[in-house]
Amino acid sequence: MSYRIKGNTGEWEVVIGLEVHAQVISNSKLFSGAATAFGAEPNHQVSLVDAAMPGMLPVLNKEVVAQGVRTGLGLRAKINMKSVFERKNYFYADLPQGYQISQFLEPIVGEGIITLDLDGGETRDVGIERMHLEQDAGKSIHDQHPTQSYIDLNRSGVALMEIVSRPDLRSPEEAGAYLRKLRSILRYLGTCDGNMDEGSMRADVNVSVRKPGEELGTRTETKNVNSIRFVQQSIEFEAKRQIKLIEDGEKIVQETRLFDPSTGTTRSMRSKEEAHDYRYFPDPDLLPLVLDPAWVEEIKKTIPELPDEKKARFIKDFGLSAYDAGILVADRDRAAFYEAVAEGRDAKLAANWVMGDYFGALNKSGLSLDASPVTAQQLGGLIGLISDDTISGRTAKEVFEAMWESGKDADVIVEEKGLKQISDTSAIEAAIDEIIANNPGQVEGYKGGNERLIGWFVGQTMKATGGKANPGMVNALLKKKLAE
Amino acid sequence: MSVDKKTVAKIAKLARIRVDEAQQEALSGELNQILGWVEQLSELDTSGVEPMTSVVEMTQPLREDVVNDGGYVDRVTKNAPESAHGFYAVPKVVE
Repeated sequence: MSYRIKGNTGEWEVVIGLEVHAQVISNSKLFSGAATAFGAEPNHQVSLVDAAMPGMLPVLNKEVVAQGVRTGLGLRAKINMKSVFERKNYFYADLPQGYQISQFLEPIVGEGIITLDLDGGETRDVGIERMHLEQDAGKSIHDQHPTQSYIDLNRSGVALMEIVSRPDLRSPEEAGAYLRKLRSILRYLGTCDGNMDEGSMRADVNVSVRKPGEELGTRTETKNVNSIRFVQQSIEFEAKRQIKLIEDGEKIVQETRLFDPSTGTTRSMRSKEEAHDYRYFPDPDLLPLVLDPAWVEEIKKTIPELPDEKKARFIKDFGLSAYDAGILVADRDRAAFYEAVAEGRDAKLAANWVMGDYFGALNKSGLSLDASPVTAQQLGGLIGLISDDTISGRTAKEVFEAMWESGKDADVIVEEKGLKQISDTSAIEAAIDEIIANNPGQVEGYKGGNERLIGWFVGQTMKATGGKANPGMVNALLKKKLAE
Repeated sequence: MSVDKKTVAKIAKLARIRVDEAQQEALSGELNQILGWVEQLSELDTSGVEPMTSVVEMTQPLREDVVNDGGYVDRVTKNAPESAHGFYAVPKVVE
């Protein structure tokens, strides 16, 4: 089931590695006391440190370091008790320092693992090579003036985590699964909000191709791709482009490329080529960062239950399939909602209702979970009524719609609308007797071997009881009576 | 290791410093002298010696995560050769 691309010379394998830049959740910037909130007026969240005024010195934000440690722990990675900030030197209009303070030889987090949840409940481990802390650059706006670019430094100096995967991914689908899982873990940890459309998470996509089993090919790096779909598109395009070049007898140039969302293609960023000589060296303004082991232990204690553990627990305690559990735990709030619904109820039935009708209704109405008209307790109440046979599953759908409209409890609606299921044997039997008496033709057909007619009888009985008869009982009683 | 004129020109370009052809020769001589001195230092066996990062024994000071700076767009853009609508306005840089 491996992903392969057919070329003229046979099948090709795609090798993908992702470098994800995730904005750290913090009030202030990595090295200054300016705010980090999204959407402020231009240059209103800029300190003289962020604008790189002469003589200004960086002072490291303790909470950002803690967030980095949390993320490392969440990625089951090695925490490096000593790490070093270095200067990555290049010139660009939105980089006032002329260098980005980053970590290079000694990052704060070393090797870790992310477990991908693939289709059909399968999982696969992908290696994390490292994670380091660094400053974000400012923002350039090119379309406001014919001959000028406008520079906003609000983002300049905001803390980023760069999370680098091993080249372990083999298809656009896996790259998507990796990004979704990473985003889910970061959101559980509360270290990054994962909002790709606000630029809180962006990916540099490294792609190369090879014949299966052969050595790694030359890779290209597509910069700053800002949605999962675009990452997948850029991989597809880039892989096909590289295969064609190789099959035409040309060589892949190791280069930086840019993704164009409007065409789904990538193109070379030639201007960046020379800038690749970054001349890293330790930042003389910043001493090595040395972590106190007791502090790291303290942080470890605050790590919440993460998606993988929660998934394992849902499978074990609730008897859910790996696939259902994977969907339910992807979002922390939704997982908590499900648990509240399932509490003391039929857990599988609760899972079906939460993932089906409930999330469906949420999506349809465009509401978030906390703005929903039906609470977890109310949905649990509805499921209780199905479990104790007060209403049938079919009636429950009608009740649920009414709950969504009115915000009333399920038992109130069942009472008001008189939807209580008829589980009284004599009432159902009376209806069945009448149908049998009035339809001798069908009875004869059924007895003559046309067993499919049972469906017709069920339909008639349900109709006669206004849809309220317990379907299980109707079936059983019909079979019994028709056999007489 | 030795630095030739071509390397001098490359370093100057990366640092955005204009160095005339005539100066390049002299600079390569100076840089080679510095590198020669560093090479002399490396004769000393420093295996097992931690790199010195500061003359005083101290660790990285950390700041609490509070917003206590910024909010002064006028000061930030005051020295800019040109600004507009709160932005720095620079010659167009497009890919």
